[in-house]
Amino acid sequence: MEMLSGAEMVVRALQDEGVEYIFGYPGGSVLHIYDALFQQDKVSHILVRHEQAATHAADGYARATGKPGVVMVTSGPGATNAITGLATAFMDSIPMIVLSGQVRSDWIGDDAFQETDMIGVSRPVVKHSFMVRDAKDIPEIMKKAFYIATTGRPGPVLIDIPKDQTAPNVKNPYEYPKKVKMRSYAPVSRGHSGQIRKAVEELMKAKRPVIYAGGGVIQGEGSELLTKLAHRLNFPVTNTLMGLGCFPGTDPQNVGMLGMHGTYEANMTMHSSDVILAVGARLDDRVTNNVKKFCPGAKIIHIDIDPATISKNIMAHIPIVGPVHQVLEEMLSALDEHGGEPDQKALERWWEEIEGWRKVHGMRYETNENGPMKPQQVVEALYKATGGDAYVTSDVGQHQMFAAQYYKYDKPRRWINSGGLGTMGFGLPAAMGVQFAFPDATVACVTGEGSIQMNIQELSTCLQYGLPVKIININNQALGMVRQWQDMQYGGRHSQSYMESLPDFVALAEAYGHVGMKVTKFEDLEGAMNEAFALKDRLVFMDIYVDPTEHVYPMQIADGSMRDMWLSKTERT
Amino acid sequence: MRRIISILMENEPGALSRVIGLFSQRGYNIESLSVAPTEDSTLSRLTLTTFGNDLKIEQITKHLNKLIEVVKLVDLTEGAHIERELMLIKVKATGAQRAEVKRSVDIFRGQIVDVTSTVYTIQLTGASDKLDAFIGAIGETQVLEVVRSGVSGISRGEKVLSL
Repeated sequence: MEMLSGAEMVVRALQDEGVEYIFGYPGGSVLHIYDALFQQDKVSHILVRHEQAATHAADGYARATGKPGVVMVTSGPGATNAITGLATAFMDSIPMIVLSGQVRSDWIGDDAFQETDMIGVSRPVVKHSFMVRDAKDIPEIMKKAFYIATTGRPGPVLIDIPKDQTAPNVKNPYEYPKKVKMRSYAPVSRGHSGQIRKAVEELMKAKRPVIYAGGGVIQGEGSELLTKLAHRLNFPVTNTLMGLGCFPGTDPQNVGMLGMHGTYEANMTMHSSDVILAVGARLDDRVTNNVKKFCPGAKIIHIDIDPATISKNIMAHIPIVGPVHQVLEEMLSALDEHGGEPDQKALERWWEEIEGWRKVHGMRYETNENGPMKPQQVVEALYKATGGDAYVTSDVGQHQMFAAQYYKYDKPRRWINSGGLGTMGFGLPAAMGVQFAFPDATVACVTGEGSIQMNIQELSTCLQYGLPVKIININNQALGMVRQWQDMQYGGRHSQSYMESLPDFVALAEAYGHVGMKVTKFEDLEGAMNEAFALKDRLVFMDIYVDPTEHVYPMQIADGSMRDMWLSKTERT
Repeated sequence: MRRIISILMENEPGALSRVIGLFSQRGYNIESLSVAPTEDSTLSRLTLTTFGNDLKIEQITKHLNKLIEVVKLVDLTEGAHIERELMLIKVKATGAQRAEVKRSVDIFRGQIVDVTSTVYTIQLTGASDKLDAFIGAIGETQVLEVVRSGVSGISRGEKVLSL
């Protein structure tokens, strides 16, 4: 058997897992591993400028490809800088492996230089974690880590590796396990057939049905089947923020995103429904509004891989625990067996009602000919310039909601955002990860002047690797979402939501070696966008000035039901 | 409602902290906790008592089951079960009280395991409410020190929590 050092084992295991990229930053505790990385060329290491960005880049890579993202950081500050990225991935169930260096085993607990109890610090935000106590265990730990991260409800797994376990002079036999078996971990592989049949009965009886599809459909590779099911039944489909793209955004059956900033028709459809088929969604607080007033007449069929998600916030009438892909497939065949059709007359009436809600045009905004541009116009222009076919990453805030509302995602894995944790600074590094995965694809990062500054240093990484990401900086010179809440709930007192001294983003982009563009007038927008996207091999930073007073609507009214919404600054339901 | 959850888990470093962490992280309460390796040294048996309605307990058990190191678990309070807790208690034993304490110990079927001229150290086993009742019978003012092991539990009959 081949004899390898711990460091060589780590690198070899990454090769054996077929890892293309590892995003990281070197430091004392991981130097042995970096030396092993240097001596091979199968796994490419991407040097970021901050460890948080490494995690988001790996996360973006994972969201765009479905493959796990891999990160390497050193002990202490390197490791703690990865925490936000771990938490982001954990909340959105993204498969990720983080390898963190640790001080030598005999120094652990002595407050050694760059020592942090990373297993302890990361515990609430990982699916699982391992500490390497013996270099011999590295192949098995690596195999288990990838297995756990990518199966069941995916999530990040941390491997903490003390420096002595990677020492180059200590060699152990290496054989990568072909299979992994853990008596304490067996993700569900099938949904309960009886429950699936029961669900089909319920769907057949429904008069006002709705399919509510979340990020789990994308993660569970169920988008095609869900689309087939929805078309077969002619039911309306609404997506969560995480689920956008799992059912085509331009499909007439799509009533749009639901929840806090969902469309009027999506929230009305949900509230008035009699059967909700929730697939890979969590019924979280950004969707339900007040749980006591949630969809009073609806029976809930809830499909999810994670039993703990079912009946956590809202009681499910028919819970189905299983992989979305398998359950939907079985549901389609159960429909065939059943042979019946949904009540067409009732569906016709239901669609008439939905069309009526659509006519309200909840997602409308006023443009002002001589006034400043609207952020919504920017997203619409982006949609047009990219033919609706870009990978769009976003940061967090108003621009995120506009990018979710006004860009129509027809394919899964095209919309990449931090939905659960809401991590500002996610967009640019995530876009890097996507661009590495798909070098020829159009990748746009929709951001704001607040969020972009949280990981702006990555412009340097983009230059090093020639990543032609297009940054759409929707600049309203304010922390827009904070400001919106202050307008609506704090008497317009804009406490700390205005940035007094913004950088000259064009000069900044140029200083980093990229192309900068400033757009202040709507009439210049389309031309500038086309110009930017024509620069195929350059990163373009578009600093686009928009109306600082704009709000995101619709917006659910706190503590109300799903149908209680503000539709503009003055109109409410 | 009070529940006794019994967990069979991998006897590995860090496993216990994951169980405890889960409770604090999700705002659940642990009233008592006892843990020790089983006859199979790769497994630990952990028993904890907590309070909550059915919905909350369901969430707790689901989340516990999701922990990679948790192999199996059972909510003992769902069926017939035996519950035991060990208490060591030091009480004042002077004057007329000395005989009274001795009588209480006998009634509760405890044992006096150490004696000084002023203090009895008593060992008592039973369900938690029996131990509570003993403290009540002695009177809190007489109590100098209490050490309780936390609840251990096992199902009645042929039901077994094992691999």
